[in-house]
Amino acid sequence: MNDFLATIGRSALGFFASVGRLFLFAGVSISHIVRPPFYLKLVLRQMMLIGYNSLPVVGLTSLFTGMVLALQSHTGFAGFGGDTAVAMLVVLSVTRELGPVIAGLMVAGRVGAAIAAELGTMSVTDQIAALSTLSTNPYKYLVVPRILAGVITMPLLVIVADIIGIMGGYIVAVYLLDANPSSYLHLTWVALKTPDVMSGLYKAAAFGFVVTLMGCYHGYHSRGGAQGVGSATTNAVVSGSILILLMDYLLTSVFFS
Amino acid sequence: MTAKIVIKDLHKAFGPKKVLQGVDLEIAQGESVVVIGGSGSGKSVLLKCILGLLRPDSGEIFVDGQPTVHMGSSDRARMLAKFGMLFQGAALFDSLPVWQNVSFGLIQGQGMKLSEAKKLAIDTLAKVGLGADVADLTPAELSGGMQKRVGLARAIASKPEIIFFDEPTTGLDPIMSDVINQLIAERVRDLGATALSITHDMASARKIADRIVMLYRGKIIWQGKTAEIDHSGNAYVDQFINGRAEGPIQMEVRAS
Ligand SMILES: Nc1ncnc2c1ncn2[C@@H]1O[C@H](COP(=O)(O)OP(=O)(O)OP(=O)(O)O)[C@@H](O)[C@H]1O
Ligand SMILES: [Mg+2]
Repeated sequence: MNDFLATIGRSALGFFASVGRLFLFAGVSISHIVRPPFYLKLVLRQMMLIGYNSLPVVGLTSLFTGMVLALQSHTGFAGFGGDTAVAMLVVLSVTRELGPVIAGLMVAGRVGAAIAAELGTMSVTDQIAALSTLSTNPYKYLVVPRILAGVITMPLLVIVADIIGIMGGYIVAVYLLDANPSSYLHLTWVALKTPDVMSGLYKAAAFGFVVTLMGCYHGYHSRGGAQGVGSATTNAVVSGSILILLMDYLLTSVFFS
Repeated sequence: MTAKIVIKDLHKAFGPKKVLQGVDLEIAQGESVVVIGGSGSGKSVLLKCILGLLRPDSGEIFVDGQPTVHMGSSDRARMLAKFGMLFQGAALFDSLPVWQNVSFGLIQGQGMKLSEAKKLAIDTLAKVGLGADVADLTPAELSGGMQKRVGLARAIASKPEIIFFDEPTTGLDPIMSDVINQLIAERVRDLGATALSITHDMASARKIADRIVMLYRGKIIWQGKTAEIDHSGNAYVDQFINGRAEGPIQMEVRAS
């Protein structure tokens, strides 16, 4: 019995310790965002890596999401209201929810993993230590550009995801379900609300932050060679994805309550 | 005159594993000290503690009289600007070409122009026996010994006051080792730099050291002038420098 309690106690302590470390890491990183020197070139480079290179995956996933939404809502709502509901449902779900969440999860898989692997390798081969002996703060040089790039590019990616997702819905509705193109477009336009889109973009910025933060955190603290880097990568993706869904719930309850 | 680096009763453990158990060491301005000791005895950890890359559990470290263990990050950055460090695994940045690795501290730290930095990088590479053609390669395209020399070039490029070399000649052929030994000796003699080196290569130790220090079981068990090492009267040192399997140092190998 005692052993059992001790085990629970130990894991609880371990959990709080790692949460504390994570908050400390986030705090230090944020404090370095506002203090010079700034590595603008590195931010731009990371924006290319995070944003531009994620376009194909994000575009494809949101296209299919929009298509599936149209199909589902058509069969689901066939009894009542029918086609008018399709456009509205596609727009609402894509802009509020699925655009940011799907893009966020894709970026967590692609970018979170890449960041954790890169920083992890740098950490276990002493490259991060070498940075600080060369008059360069590793937080400023490695962490800040990635986090900034994540926060800036995620909303841009989500704008693209929204457009493609809605287009996917249009394609299915018009070419497969024989909806009237001009009235579908009209309904889409009516359903499109600035607050919905904006809430999705705020979510996107938050997701960009957690994904890059988890990538950096797990990479930075990885220990023990290739195996350590491997588990850092896994942890970055898993924790990034979980945090995206958690943040999604929290932000939704803030925006729409 | 106060010493350049003073280490007092330094302790460092990783979990249950006690690595440093009370290291005391003073290094004078312009002196070249070599640390010898068995593999895993904590030599690299000692260097990293002095640089603040690892936080010691207890003990004190002074650089130019300033205590460094509890230093804030901006003070530490200022202190680290005096240092150059060659890491045991070279630790080159693999996303950057060789020349940017060499002049990294100058470009980032002092805002040197790229064209000027490249020229200086090529000059520094020449000093470690590497041609200008290497400058545009990436670290992954180099052999282990070449990486080591690029790491060495990076450590000395900004002409630091204090230079740490973690096994500078490991992985180099005997001739190149001698070139590097001369280079290190020259840095200390001509530029007045203070050097702390780790090596397993006794020929190298004899050439670059003013003083040799032996680390064993987390403590310094012997130190003395380079010339004294052959008649140290210390059984551990004798065993180590003569490379004998029998003696007071029992390696962690057991025939079972
Ligand atoms: N970051 C770390 N985490 C945990 N243990 C470590 C860490 N760094 C070093 N150690 C342990 O500390 C001990 C001393 O390591 P260190 O690298 O200082 O050895 P060394 O004297 O430099 O050996 P070598 O001559 O082989 O380079 C080793 O047993 C190693 O396992
Ligand atoms: Mg070592």
